[in-house]
Amino acid sequence: MAQETLFEPWNDPNESPLIQFKNVTKKFGDFTAIDDLTQDIYAKEFFALLGPSGCGKTTMMRMLGGFETPTSGTIQIAGQDMNNVPPNKRAVNMMFQSYALFPHLSIYENIAFGLRRTDMAKGAIDARVNEMLKLTRLEKFAQRKPHQISGGQRQRVALARSLAKAPKLLLLDEPLGALDKKLRQDTQFELMDIQEKTGTTFVIVTHDQEEAMTVASRVAVMDEGRIIQVATPDVIYEAPNTTYVADFIGDVNLIKGTVELRVSSAPVNDPEPGAVAENIVDETPSPQPNKLGEWIHDKLLSPIIGERIEPIKRLPPPSTAELAASQEKMQTAQDGGLLLNWSDKNPTIIVSNGDETKDGATLTFAIRPEKLNISKTKPDAPNALQGKVIDIAYLGNVSTYYVELIGGQMIKAQMANARRLARRDITWEDDVWVSFTDTAGVLLER
Amino acid sequence: MRRFSLIAVPYIWLLALFLIPFLIVLKISLSDAALAIPPYAPQLDFAGGWGAVKAFFADLDFENFEFLTTDDLYWKAYLSSLKIALISTGFTLLIGYPIAYSMARAAPEWRPTLLMLVILPFWTSFLIRVYAWMGILSNEGLLNQFLLWSGLISEPLTILNTNTAVYIGIVYTYLPFMILPIYSALEKMDDSLLEAAEDLGCSRTSAFWLVTVPLSKTGIIAGCLLVFIPTLGEFVIPSLLGGSQTLMIGKVLWEEFFNNRDWPVASAVAIILLLILIIPIILFQRNEQKQREAEGQ
Amino acid sequence: MKRFSWFNATALTLGFAFLYLPMVILMIYSFNESKLVTVWAGFSTKWYGELIQNEAFLNAAWVTIKVAVFSSTIATILGTMAAYVLVRANRFKGRTLFSGMIYAPLVMPEVITGLSLLLLFIGIGLDRGVLTIVLAHTTFAMCYVSVVVSSRLVSFDRSLEEAALDLGCSPWQAFRLVTLPIIAPAVISGWLLAFTLSLDDLVIASFTAGPSATTLPIKIFSAVRLGVSPEINALSTIMIAIVTIGVIGASLISKQASLKQQRDEQAAARG
Repeated sequence: MAQETLFEPWNDPNESPLIQFKNVTKKFGDFTAIDDLTQDIYAKEFFALLGPSGCGKTTMMRMLGGFETPTSGTIQIAGQDMNNVPPNKRAVNMMFQSYALFPHLSIYENIAFGLRRTDMAKGAIDARVNEMLKLTRLEKFAQRKPHQISGGQRQRVALARSLAKAPKLLLLDEPLGALDKKLRQDTQFELMDIQEKTGTTFVIVTHDQEEAMTVASRVAVMDEGRIIQVATPDVIYEAPNTTYVADFIGDVNLIKGTVELRVSSAPVNDPEPGAVAENIVDETPSPQPNKLGEWIHDKLLSPIIGERIEPIKRLPPPSTAELAASQEKMQTAQDGGLLLNWSDKNPTIIVSNGDETKDGATLTFAIRPEKLNISKTKPDAPNALQGKVIDIAYLGNVSTYYVELIGGQMIKAQMANARRLARRDITWEDDVWVSFTDTAGVLLER
Repeated sequence: MRRFSLIAVPYIWLLALFLIPFLIVLKISLSDAALAIPPYAPQLDFAGGWGAVKAFFADLDFENFEFLTTDDLYWKAYLSSLKIALISTGFTLLIGYPIAYSMARAAPEWRPTLLMLVILPFWTSFLIRVYAWMGILSNEGLLNQFLLWSGLISEPLTILNTNTAVYIGIVYTYLPFMILPIYSALEKMDDSLLEAAEDLGCSRTSAFWLVTVPLSKTGIIAGCLLVFIPTLGEFVIPSLLGGSQTLMIGKVLWEEFFNNRDWPVASAVAIILLLILIIPIILFQRNEQKQREAEGQ
Repeated sequence: MKRFSWFNATALTLGFAFLYLPMVILMIYSFNESKLVTVWAGFSTKWYGELIQNEAFLNAAWVTIKVAVFSSTIATILGTMAAYVLVRANRFKGRTLFSGMIYAPLVMPEVITGLSLLLLFIGIGLDRGVLTIVLAHTTFAMCYVSVVVSSRLVSFDRSLEEAALDLGCSPWQAFRLVTLPIIAPAVISGWLLAFTLSLDDLVIASFTAGPSATTLPIKIFSAVRLGVSPEINALSTIMIAIVTIGVIGASLISKQASLKQQRDEQAAARG
């Protein structure tokens, strides 16, 4: 997605955000729906608010739409304070979860509804409605009533209606929740296409992590009224900042233990930034923090501009070599990083991308099931743990193996079923090796 | 501003035409009867200033309520109203439940029609429905003609102008109020519950008593209260079908007001009637609340 | 499959016979030649003829209809407003009192409502007549309307209104263009209910009507007190016929509408 043009306004200091939440708190009686939240969203972003129900994502969206007012703090859109602007005076439109199509009006009149509230000329309204009908491929259904069309078509009417006024910002509340899975996938791409064509900023609320990952340029994972992590989908998946995020997005194995410095590693306190990156042979370098910059920030700037936000450790996408290696052979471990002591009966886990300043801390090691490899013989890999297959779930394209490691820790490993039943040489009760590279997982504090 | 007037208009209307009249009733019930127009004293006289207002309150007393306790006409009327309301509610339940139950068992395509047949009498004039029984129950009425013809009796029965006629009238006019809530409770019931009960060893009869009846409990309570509450203050039925010995408080109030022109006593009768009604009304509200909660889950 | 037994069939037959037989008998005897209502003396429509010439009944009917139209219309407006307030305005001063005043008249014995309103009208020196009956009927009918309308508003998808606001409507426009057309069926049935209640009311009207205005139920009641009369049977038959035609017609229309909707939805599902 981002590769071709690298759309990353959040990393561009010259960009000014379209939407700014500034210390926004929203309380309903005793319940705090949004807790002191500060967040910027940029123009033309496709921003996803993701979280379980009750995490505050819908409240955040409704505040943007003007249906709720913050208890404290301000929300600015294009630099303008929106706290006292009613919904009908905002250049923001919303696509409702229930679609909220007016049942007594035709599709055409539904789409024209917002335009008729402006002083637009009749001809112009007609042109605009037809344009929207064309965009959403609904020309044939213009004169039908909402109950006379299918669910997918209704979804498109709702989208057309909310886009008709060409809003600066479009809010989508679980837009695909009512569609079945197949239709939902098609519609996701349609949404992205329309977002690109119209250049509108989209903010989408969803509890479906797959949906958020598919459509969004950035995903904000929320819990209990706070944003836990905001990042691009790949970072959220590959480098979650907490076990909550790791667990919420996809499947994950969590192993708790204490870490120690890896002694065999190359210079630990390398004064030169980027040294670690240079040691990585096969992978594109990931941005490393500048130590001097950090020092200046902590000592001088933090009282003025606030605490330094630790840049997210971002892992690069797996290279072709890595992909090939993960099938059969593992590469040897890189230098540096941490060792995780987690069990008396198992070897320590080498985490070469671990933050060396965390020496001695109790951390949780998170690794995705598909990053694990299973074999009957001891593989040549930085990390290899012994265990026994307890259960196998065949899911068609992949199989999930439930392996009990020595000492009782359960671990899930996912293997692609590249060949027909090829992996079936491993079966229930088999003693196996679970192996993974030294950079396959991440160490998390919470 | 709009929001304010939206609330204010119905609010003021109800204050002026519901709450204030009610307070007037309360006030007059504490006044004394007088041979004047209006026939009660004291009159509130704001022109007299604070002293007059104080004197006005000093003149209010519970004399009328004491009077109600001394004259046994009134408490007999209350008791007999309660008795009539209770018995007729019981009969309405006995007749209404099988109908509601059978409606819920009928084929789905028949149910809307059956439901409409129950609702239709509700739209027809109450007065006419009560009147219809006058021709049937009178001494020369159709019922007696039929019974004489069939040889079951040799002399006409006196039904009209007795309490029996009142019971029949109440059961007849309030039957839809009993059927509808019970039907809506039974209609929602899953039939597989009965099958499960039988599967677990219940006979059909015990399945009915152990499953169907408890599940329709909220409907039964709602139906009974919907019959009981209005029956207690009923006026039309006792005055058309009942006789001189039929004592119901609605009728007493009417006569006290129109025939005796004793407004303070009539008001006191009304206040006591309301106090009696508060208990079933609260029960009704609780039952509704419970039902809403059950449906909310 | 539900088990429908002989017991069920019998209960329904007897039940509906009980509900309808008295009215059927009443209607049959309206065509009786004899003045004695209980003795059949041949078919005749003469009581209908007499009814039409009875000025007092016609005047009372006219007053009743006037009162019903006015009171049910005002009650529908006020009741819809009240329902809106009850469902939408969660917090304002005196909300408990307000909802209490909406629900209390529903369970208040008519004799008390009538008595209290009469005392009010006398207290403020308002002459009793059509106006006082309209005021009285509006007050208790608006409570019924607000119950009917608020039960519809509760299930009303609020995001429809929000969508209207979002697309640039003022709150009043949102109500007029979106909410009102959708809740219209409930508002109409509220009006019909208010209309019937007003047509039907004897007790409250007796208290609030003056000598200048007599409604049909008052007229019927005073005639009926003296005994059964074939003229009243004829009048009842006309009223029952009107109601029956009205109710059946309305239910057929709404059934047709829902069938059409079902067909449309099925057609849509097929694509």
